[in-house]
Formats: sequence, C-alpha cells, structure tokens
Amino acid sequence: MIAVALWSVAALLALAPAGVVLSTRPRGSLIVYGGCLIATSTLCVTALSDLLHAPQLTPSATLPIGLPWLGAHFRLDALSAFFLVVVNLGGVAASLFALGYGRHEDSPGRVLPFYPAYLAAMNVVVLANDAFSFLVAWEFMSLTSWALVVSHHREAENIRAGYVYLLMASFGTLALLLAFGLLVSGAGYDFDAIRASHPSAAVTGTVVILALLGAGSKAGLVPLHAWLPLAHPAAPSHVSGLMSGVMTKVAVYGFVRIVFDLLPEPVWWWSMVVLLVGGPTATLGVLYALMQRDIKRVLAYSTIENIGIVFTGLGLALAFKAEGLDWVAALAFTAAMLHVFNHALFKSLLFFGAGAVLAATGERDMEKLGGLIHRMPKTAFAMLIGCVAISALPPFNGFVSEWLTFQAILLSPQLPSWGLKLVIPAVGGLLALAAALAAACFVKLYGISFLGRPRSDVAASAHETDRFSLTAMLVLAAFCLIAGILPGLFIDALAPVSKAMVGNIMPHQVGLQWLTIVPIAESRSSYNGLLVFVFAALCGTAAASAIHRFASDRLRRAPAWDCGHPDPNPAIQYSASSFSQPIRRVFGSVVFAAREIGEMPPPSSPRPARLRVELHDLIWEALYAPIAMVVGFATDRVNVLQFLTIRRYLTLVFVALIVLLLVVAL
Amino acid sequence: MSALRDILSQGAQMSLVLGLAPLLTGFVRKVKARLLRRRGPPLLQPYRDLIRLMRKDAVLADNASWLFRVIPYLMFSGTWVAVSLVPTFGNGLLFSWTADLIAIIALLGSARFFQALAGMDVGTAFGGIGSSREVMIASLAEPAMLITVFSVAMIAGSTQLANVAEFMGSDAVGLRVSLGMAFVALTIVALAENARIPVDNPATHLELTMVHEAMVLEYSGRHLALIDLSSQLKLMLYVSLIACVFLPWGMATADSSVARLAFGALLYLGKLTALGFLLAVFETSIAKMRVFRIPEFLGAALMLALLATLLRFVSGSL
Repeated sequence: MIAVALWSVAALLALAPAGVVLSTRPRGSLIVYGGCLIATSTLCVTALSDLLHAPQLTPSATLPIGLPWLGAHFRLDALSAFFLVVVNLGGVAASLFALGYGRHEDSPGRVLPFYPAYLAAMNVVVLANDAFSFLVAWEFMSLTSWALVVSHHREAENIRAGYVYLLMASFGTLALLLAFGLLVSGAGYDFDAIRASHPSAAVTGTVVILALLGAGSKAGLVPLHAWLPLAHPAAPSHVSGLMSGVMTKVAVYGFVRIVFDLLPEPVWWWSMVVLLVGGPTATLGVLYALMQRDIKRVLAYSTIENIGIVFTGLGLALAFKAEGLDWVAALAFTAAMLHVFNHALFKSLLFFGAGAVLAATGERDMEKLGGLIHRMPKTAFAMLIGCVAISALPPFNGFVSEWLTFQAILLSPQLPSWGLKLVIPAVGGLLALAAALAAACFVKLYGISFLGRPRSDVAASAHETDRFSLTAMLVLAAFCLIAGILPGLFIDALAPVSKAMVGNIMPHQVGLQWLTIVPIAESRSSYNGLLVFVFAALCGTAAASAIHRFASDRLRRAPAWDCGHPDPNPAIQYSASSFSQPIRRVFGSVVFAAREIGEMPPPSSPRPARLRVELHDLIWEALYAPIAMVVGFATDRVNVLQFLTIRRYLTLVFVALIVLLLVVAL
Repeated sequence: MSALRDILSQGAQMSLVLGLAPLLTGFVRKVKARLLRRRGPPLLQPYRDLIRLMRKDAVLADNASWLFRVIPYLMFSGTWVAVSLVPTFGNGLLFSWTADLIAIIALLGSARFFQALAGMDVGTAFGGIGSSREVMIASLAEPAMLITVFSVAMIAGSTQLANVAEFMGSDAVGLRVSLGMAFVALTIVALAENARIPVDNPATHLELTMVHEAMVLEYSGRHLALIDLSSQLKLMLYVSLIACVFLPWGMATADSSVARLAFGALLYLGKLTALGFLLAVFETSIAKMRVFRIPEFLGAALMLALLATLLRFVSGSL
C-alpha cells in the first residue's frame, strides 16, 4: 500500500521538472494536470481502501534519502490515510478543474512546475514518520505554495501577499522546529521513538504551545491568520482551492499528529488554550469575511472561521480525553475530522466557482458582478449548493459536523474543571454566532454576485465555464449532498482514526434504522439527513403539483414591481458593502473600530455629499504593525553598517572575533 | 397496526398544523383589531386570502431567475417539515427522531437563507434592504435560539424535542431560574423570527420600515400564497414549541387512548388560543422599534440565554 503511495508521490515530483519543459507546449497544461489527476486519484483510492479495509495495519517504509544515518521514514496509519484521502480528493478535484481552468493561465511556466511539487509536498507531510522528513516536507510545501502565490507577480498586492506569507511560513516552521527539537532531544528523530519516550510535563506543555503556533499559523488561527486572506486569493483559483481546502487541513494534521499522537496523555489546560483560540477564530473569521467585497477574500476569511470550528472540536476532544471521558472525546474528535473533510469539499467547490467567475468576467470584486445565475446557470447551481453547505444548513454536510460539535458541547457539564465549565458555554455561544453569521455572509456572496442585475458590462456578457471545471464543481456539490444525507457512512469510516487518536470510537452508525446518526444514545439526540431531505423533497413536490393541478399554473412576466418605483439603473441595487452595513453597525464598532463619516458639502455648494466608512484591522494594527515597526527601526540602524570603509570593516571583524573568543573562553 | 396508528398520528399532526396555521394568524389579527376597538377581518380571512392568491396568475419580474420560482416551495417544505417535528397535542411522533431541536432551528435557517436570497434575486432596492436587515436580525436571533436550546437541552438531558417535552411534563423539573431565563429569551426570539412587533410589523405598508414584507415584495399569486403560508406555519411552530417545552401538560403519549388524544388536542387548542391572545395583547401594548434598537433587544435574549446556560454549567439545580 505504502509503496503505491510513495510511487505516486514520486510521479508527482517527476511531473514538476516536466512542467518546466511542457509549459511552453500548447498541450502542456493538459499533460501536467492530467498526470496530477491520475497520481492523486491513485493516492486517494489507495488511502481510502487502506482506511476502509485495513486501518489496523500500519505499513511503513524507510528510504535512503535525507539524513545519512537516519533515512526517510514513512508510515501509513489511519490518521495519515484519512488525511491522504482529504488531500488527494482536493487534489483530484483541483486537477480536474485545472484541466479547463488552466487554459486561461497567461504564464503557465510559473504554475505548471510548482503545482505537482506542491501536491507531492502535502502528501509527504502526511506520510512522513520522522521529524526531519516532516519538517523538510512542511517547508517544501510552504515554498512551493509561495511560488504559486506569487505566480501572478506583476500585481503589487500579490508580491506583498507573498512576502507576508513567506515571513509567517518561516515563523510557523520555526515554531514546529523548536517543538520537534524539544521532542527529539530525549528520543530520536523517528516518530516511533518519540512516541515511546516520556517527556516531562514542562516539555509537553511547551510543545503543545509551539505546535499550536506552528500548525496554527499555517491553518490560519487568529491572530496568526494575517497572511491567509492575502495569500490564498492571490494564487490561481485551483491553487486557492487547494490552499484553503487542503493545505489548512495538512496544518490540522500536523497539530493532531503532534498533540494527539506523539505526546502522552493530555492535561486539561491544553484544551483550554485550544478552545480559547478556536472559538474567537471562528467568530472573527466570519466577521472579517462579511466586511469583504472580493469574492476570493471572503472565501479565505471563511476558511479561518472553519478552521476555528475544527480547532474547537479538537479542543473539546482534548478536554474530554484529559478527564477520561474518551467516549465523548471520540464524538468531538470525529466532529472535527468530519468538518475537516466537509470543509475540504465545499471550500474547494467555492474557490473553483470563484475561479470560474474570474475566468468569465475577469472580476473578483462583487460590486462589479451580479445576475450571473442567468449567464452561468450551472456554475450558479453548484455555487448555491456550496453556499448552503458551508452555511451549515440541512440537509447538506456542513450542518452534520457542526451538529456533532454542538452535541459534544452539550455533554461538557460533565467535565470537573471549573475553568472549562465557564469557557465551553462561551465557546458554544461563539460557534452559534459564527454559524448564523456564516449564513449571512454567504447570502451576501451569492446574492450580490449571482443574483440581481449585472453591475458591469463584463458581468452582463459572462459565459458559462468549460466542461472540466463544471464537472469538478458538480462532483464536489454531489459529495456535499451525499455527506449531508448519509453522514453515518463517513462517521463509521472515521472510527479507526478516532480509535487511534483518542482511544475510543463513536457508536457504529450504519445499520441504524433509516441511516439515522445517533452520537450517544437515541434518547439524547439523533439526526437523519436522508429523511429530512426526502420529506422536504416530498412536501415541496406535493405542494407544487397540488397547486399547479388544482389552483393555477399560469405565469406572466412583467417589469419588476419595486413598490411602483422600478429603476433600470443597476446601481439602485444593494451593493456588497451596503448589504453588510447593518451587521457592521452591530458588531463592527467593537471588532473593527468601524466608523461611518458623512461629509456634507457646505450650503450652496454643488459638490455631492459623501459617506466614508472607516474599518480598522485591529489585530494587524495592534500586533503586526508594531513588530514591523520595531524590525524596520532596527534594520534602519543596522543599515549603516552597509556603507563602511574597508578599515572599519576590518576593525569590526576584529572586535567581533575578540568578543566571540571571550564568550568561548568564559 | 401500531405502525399504521403511528403514521396516522404523524399525518394527523402534519395536516393539523397546516390546517390551523392560517386560523392562528387570523385569530391574532382579530384579537389585535378588537383591542384597538376595530371589528377586524373575519377569523377565516387568511384562508380566503390564500385561496384567492393561489388561483391568481403568478406575475414574475422580467429578470427573475429559476431560483426565484423555486424558493417558495423550498421555504414551504422546509418550514412544514420543521413544524411537523414539533409535538403538538401528542408526544411520541413516528418520525420525531428524524431531527432534534438544533436541526429544526437549522431547517428554519435554511428557509430563511433562501428567503433572503429571493429578496436579492430581482435586483430591486427594497428587496436588498429586506434581505440585509433580515440577515442582521437572524445573526442575533439564531445564536440566541441555539443557546436557549442548549440550556433547555442540558436540563432535560436531550435535544430530542419529544424527550424534552416528556421531561418538562414530569415532576423532575421544578422551578428553575435558568428555565425562566430561557423562556424569556425564547419569547424574544420568537417575536423576532416571526416578524412581529416590536421587531417588524406584519401589517406595515411603509416600505422603509419593512423587513419581511420588503423581501417578498416581488412575489405574487401562488408563490406569495406559499410564502404567507410558510410564515403562518412558522408562527405555529414557535407557539407550539413554547407550548410543548414550557407548558407540556396534558400531552397524549404514543399509546394513549382516543379519548386521551382528543383531550390532548382540545388542550392544545386552548394553549394556542391563550398564547395567541397574549401575543396580540403584547403587540398592541408596545411600539415598533427602530431597526438599530433591535440588536439591543435581541442582545438581551442572547445574554439571558447565555446566562441560563452558564447557570446550568455552574450548578445542576438552578
């Protein structure tokens, strides 16, 4: 099994240099993306069959590369297999989408070599079984994705995005490097050796914080998220889908691998830290998303929200595991993993849709779109499913994982720790708020870009996207529905993962009456997506046919009513910023220090009145800007050293030597 | 035999709520009119309106999309499924395990999601204003509702509405501070969700003050009838929900006799009448709020619900 996986990764790596050669050929992108499609489907099928049929086997392999005395260790256990499925399902969809979308690329030479390498890097992170290979693959993943972020390098904001991303990725890797450094010092590089070691409480505590910093900065936890909404939208759309849908999940994998697998039994305060980061991340992420007008940036911020939900689930799992309630820990952990899977599905779908819109109109700004449901009906249909799913509405998949998380929260009064008793209800409230705001956010995204009347000529003359892209989107949409109405299948598939990580599993779901899911006991809670879907479909169809049959089925078209004042000017419609104005007024004054400033011209002046909205990114201003200022100040001072005479340089070297010798001597 | 009985009972409840929903709305209107010393429309007027609307041609705006035509059916089916999962006169519904209270709220959320989209489909200013305000109200009402559900569910040890109702009807409940807070929070949310005064005015004709009505401004004929019916069902749902969680007495169980069922049904009618009357009295005694005072009103519900949940976390008996 693992041999197949490693060969597929090797094939992906081989496609990277081929991409350089092929990028000048007319059919080059077809070959590269086709190759990626085959390799990732192989990986996906391999991992899925491993997860479903032989999760207890953990085949491993050692390759003679990397550190000479160590080699590179790889292992395919249940956790790796699940994340391989997520990574490669995203990879398959992105490659399929790119078969069509890649043709719009102006400079394929900047994308084709890095894309397969990026896919390979994510796979290697998940497969790695020693600290060295893990970190090298992690950094390789960061660098290849950075190259993809700056592939459209002529736009100034992409360069800035790439710069911020590079800094934050280095910071994340540094944190992980230190975490592994602490773990490795007592044991060895091999993960098996780390598992067998017994680090002290101080070491494990530090490692948890470092892992949260390292993996969290890659996943986009607030306040380490600053790079994400810049970098994810800057990349080509299929890569944006991969970065948001899949790479953030690789970061979650890193956190789970370190905290749940490599470290010994958790302590309750770990969960406190994770929950206190996860809950606010969910709410802040979606509030930021609501304030944006760039489609891809909305999606990037919404990724932050979903990562918050995943980390809340993980925090709950840690809390319950620490207190010995491992059957609830299994519920919370399964909820988090299911959300990982679900988010990979709908976020890829939504980014692809945004890419299709971008290709059709050249616009990412919602204020210039509108009415696309008429021009791109199939894309609009797929996007609608993605929007409903990500808003956690039944009968789609996003609801199931949030519902399971809520069920875990409802069991938390059983926890003995008082800190958790106070924090968990607050986090539950934040999650509920995030769910409601997410619905508002996606009503806005869909309503402004796809409904209404076109706000620009490009939107009015848009065309439906190509067949490959459509297939990719519709397949993902179908998965969203299937995972929503048959969640039992997916929960059962996750059982080996939860068994390996928290030591218990959720009750077996498939085989329950009508495929209901019952997280604990039927007397507590149950949900049946299939029946809800069937009932709703039946009621809707029955109502439609009864009304058409017995009442009226006539339809007339007329100009819009609009209370008697229809205005043909599309500017009369609500815009993206006006749509979120009420929510901005409610939440924005605190979260964004938002102010609306009305400027009235003096009497008798013909100048128009203006309304200006001021929004502040308080996290950037309070955290990043001061650091940037200090660094800038320091570099300015040090800059003097660049313009010295040779005499002074020699003196400097001499003094440095003396100081070093003194340090060594003492 | 028992399966047939269960199906009949479920079917009876589904058609009962559908049949009674317009009557409840008509009753509230009637009481409101009488309190204002008007005679008011007859009790059956909502039925007549619905039938009249259904028989009329549906007039669609020129640029309305397919989604605009589908949404009334989506809203109706979502709301009807949600309301048919709330126990009314009898507990032990056949499909009560299909969706718990969280899922019922989420189903209503789906209906609202589509309704807000419908407001934006034609691309008019009024539709946008309605949708934008609706999602603002929902972004506060929905978390308040969910947290209320959390507190109730933690007291009853279940999110399954049938079990909650059963527990609330038993002697194990007693007087609890958290339940009182949850009740107030739920009432505020119910007012907001059903577009009642002081959040929204169901009878307003001034466009700038409308929320719900502004969203559905472009609808006509059978589409409008379905949307009206959905809002009536939604009112029914919230009244039934309050009745079954906070006044669960006299509900029939799965195996009770026909006489017991009939008694339960009568009692349910009584509860509907009482709650509908209270709603009308409340609406006539209070003025509508400015839009940006609604967040404070709903924020109070959110805080109360959160307090109720916290109390429950801190002490098992409060």
